[in-house]
Amino acid sequence: MNVGILSLIVLGLAALGYVLARRRALAVVQGDARLLHSRTGYYGQLVFLLTAVPAFLVMAIWLFLQPILIEQRVAENIPGTAIPEGGDLTLVMSDVRRIAGGIDAMMADGSLGEAQLKDMHADQTDIRARLAGVGIALGAEVSPAVFEAAKSYRKMQKTGALAMTVVVLGLALGMMGLALSRISATLRARNLAESFVLSLLIGASLVAIATTAGIVLSLLFETWHFFQLYPARDFFFSLTWNPQFRGGSDLGFAPLIWGTLYVSLVALIVAVPIGLMIAIYLAEYAGKRVRSLAKPAIEVLAGIPTIVYGLFALITVGPFIRDWIAQPTGLGDSSSSVLTAGLVMGIMLIPFVSSLSDDIINAVPQALRDGSYGLGATQSETIKQVILPAALPGVVGAILLAASRAIGETMIVVMGAGAAAKMSLNPLEAMTTVTVKIVSQLTGDTEFASPETLVAFALGLTLFVFTLGLNVLALYIVRKYREQYE
Amino acid sequence: MFDTPKREAAVTKTDIKMSARNCQVFYGDNQAIKDVDVDIDDKTVTAFIGPSGCGKSTFLRCLNRMNDTIPICRVEGTITLDGEDIYDPKVDPVQLRAKVGMVFQKPNPFPKSIYDNIAYGPRIHGLARSRAELDDIVEKSLRRGALWDEVKDRLHEPGTGLSGGQQQRLCIARAVATEPEVLLMDEPCSALDPIATAQVEELIDELKQNFSVVIVTHSMQQAARVSQKTAFFHLGNLVEYGETGQIFTNPRDPRTESYITGRIG
Repeated sequence: MNVGILSLIVLGLAALGYVLARRRALAVVQGDARLLHSRTGYYGQLVFLLTAVPAFLVMAIWLFLQPILIEQRVAENIPGTAIPEGGDLTLVMSDVRRIAGGIDAMMADGSLGEAQLKDMHADQTDIRARLAGVGIALGAEVSPAVFEAAKSYRKMQKTGALAMTVVVLGLALGMMGLALSRISATLRARNLAESFVLSLLIGASLVAIATTAGIVLSLLFETWHFFQLYPARDFFFSLTWNPQFRGGSDLGFAPLIWGTLYVSLVALIVAVPIGLMIAIYLAEYAGKRVRSLAKPAIEVLAGIPTIVYGLFALITVGPFIRDWIAQPTGLGDSSSSVLTAGLVMGIMLIPFVSSLSDDIINAVPQALRDGSYGLGATQSETIKQVILPAALPGVVGAILLAASRAIGETMIVVMGAGAAAKMSLNPLEAMTTVTVKIVSQLTGDTEFASPETLVAFALGLTLFVFTLGLNVLALYIVRKYREQYE
Repeated sequence: MFDTPKREAAVTKTDIKMSARNCQVFYGDNQAIKDVDVDIDDKTVTAFIGPSGCGKSTFLRCLNRMNDTIPICRVEGTITLDGEDIYDPKVDPVQLRAKVGMVFQKPNPFPKSIYDNIAYGPRIHGLARSRAELDDIVEKSLRRGALWDEVKDRLHEPGTGLSGGQQQRLCIARAVATEPEVLLMDEPCSALDPIATAQVEELIDELKQNFSVVIVTHSMQQAARVSQKTAFFHLGNLVEYGETGQIFTNPRDPRTESYITGRIG
C-alpha cells in the first residue's frame, strides 16, 4: 500500500476516534457534560492525537530505516566478483535499484508477471534490452548476481512495505482502542491533550536545533579531516591561496577572508546610508499613499534572484566602472572588481536595511514624538535625537543581518568580483571571497579526500564562525545600547 | 477700605496670558470643539474639567498647536498668546511650543539618561552656552521638578529606569527646563498613585509662581485643590468658566452642578 493512502487511512481512523471519543465521553456520564472533567472536544482531541501521532512516528522511522537495512542485506549478498574492475559497490547498488525499478515498471505495463520473473535469469534473457524497453538504460550487460540481487531487493521492499502497513494500522487501531477504553468522567483529558500538543511543539523546535547541531558537527568533522592532511598553521597564516591539482597547494585563507570582508564593507557602505534614509523618509515623512506604494516597490529589490544581480554586475556595472573609473585613473583594467561586486551587492541589501529599519522606526511610540514636539523640537531634531536613538538596537540588528547576507553572498561575487585570490587595497582589482572558493573547490575535479576539496569545509566553518561572531556582537550591542521604551 | 477678599483681587488683577475666541476644532467632519472663548491668566493654575470625550484635551492641544501633528485635525477661530495670534501663518509652531510647553498623560521620558532628558530642550534651543551652564539648568529644573534629591547621584542612568511618579516629575522638569511661559498638562496624574499625585500637585502649586499652568483633569478634587480658575467642558462646549471656588460651590449652569455633584459624566 502506498504511503499516501496509508496516511489517509490513519487520519481517517483518527477522525473516527475523535467522533467515537466524544460520544463515549457523553455516554459515560449519561449525557450530562457538566459531570466530565473536560469538555467533550478534549476527549476527542486526545484520542485523535493518540491514534495518529504514534502511527505517523513509527511510519516515519520505518521509511527512514527500511532502505538502509535492505541495502545492507542486499549488498552482503553481492559477491565481490560482480563488482567490475575499477568500480565500486555503491555503483553496483545503484544498478540494483534501477533494475528493481525497471521490473516494477514492466509489471505495471503488464509485459511481465510474477511467475515469469521467477523463471527469468540474467544468463538466459536479454535483461538489458527488456529494461531499455521501459526506459531504463543500463551501461553494461546485467550480471546474474546483480539481477538476483535486484530481485531480492524488490522482494524485500515489498515485504517491508506490507509489514509497515500492518504495523502502522495495528498501532493506530490499538492506540485508539486503548484510549477509548480509558475514557471516564475523571480522566483529565484537557491536561493530557494539552501536554501532548506541548510535547509536539517542543519536538518541532528540537528538529531545528538538531539540524543546526548536525550541520556544525559535520563541518567540524570534515574540517578535522582537513587539518590532518594540511597543517593548520599554513591555513591560518599563509598569505597565498594557490590550489594545485597535483598536491603541494598553498591554502591560506587570508586572501579569501580579506576579499569577503572588503566586498561586504563596500556593500554596507552603499546599503546602510541609503537604506536608513529610505526608512526615515518612509516612516516619518511619507504620506500614507506614498508609503503604501513605495514600500512594496522597494521590497521588489529583495525578490530579485542574486544571479540576476550578478548579470547586472557582469554586463552593466563592471564594464562601466572599468571604462569610466578604472582605466582613466589607471588603477585597474578588469571589469570584475571589488567595487563592482560591492556596489551591486549594496543595491541588493538596500531593501533589507530599509524595510526592517522602517518597521523599527514605526514601532517607536508616538508618545516620544509628542514629548519631543511638546518641547519645541523640530521634526528633524526629533528624528535625530529621539527616534533614531530609540530605534538604534533594532537598526543595528538590521545592519548586521544585512552584513551576514553580504558575507554569505556567492553569485554576485563570482560574476562581479572575479575569482582571483588576491590581497590588495585597490577596490578596482579583481578579488574573490570565501563562498566563491568553496564552490570552486567542491565542484573541481579533484578527489574528495584531498586537502584541496576538504578545505571547503574548513572555509565553511570559518565563515560560520564569522557570522556567528557577528550575531553575538549584534546581540551585545543591542543589549548594551538598548534604550528601552515601555 | 474695601472688603474684597485678597485672593480674588489678586486673580482678577493678573494679565491675560492666552485667550481663545470662537475656537472650533474639527476632526475630519466631526466637530470636537464648538465656539470656545477662554482667557487664561498669567501665573495662575487653570483647570479644565469635564466628562471623557468632552474636548478638553483637544482644546488643550490647540494651545500649543500639537494638533498640527494630526493630519485630519482643523482649527478655526483665534487663539492668542500675549496678544499675538498663534495660528498666524507667520508663526512657527516649533517656536510656539518652546514658549508653551506640554506634559502628557502618560510619562514619556526619552530613552536617554536623566541628565540628557532634561538637557534636551535647552540644547535644541541653545539656552546654555557652556557645559557648566547646562549643568546649572539641569539642576535647577530637577529641583523645580522636586526630583533633584532623588536622582542627583544617578543623573547618567536612563530616565526610563525611574518609577512612574518620578518619570512624570522628570517630564515636568524637562518641560520646565526650556523656560516656557505657559505649561500645559494633560491629565498628568492619571497614571500615578496617590503619593506621586500629591507630589506632582505640590509641584504644580510651586510652578504657578513662574508660569501660567493649564491642567486637564478628571479628578474634581484635584481641580479644586490646585487651580484658581476652572473651565467646565461638556460635549465640545465650554459650559462655564470662572473662579474655582465659585464653580465648585455656586455653579451658575445646571449642567456644571450636575457634573460636580456626580449626576452626569
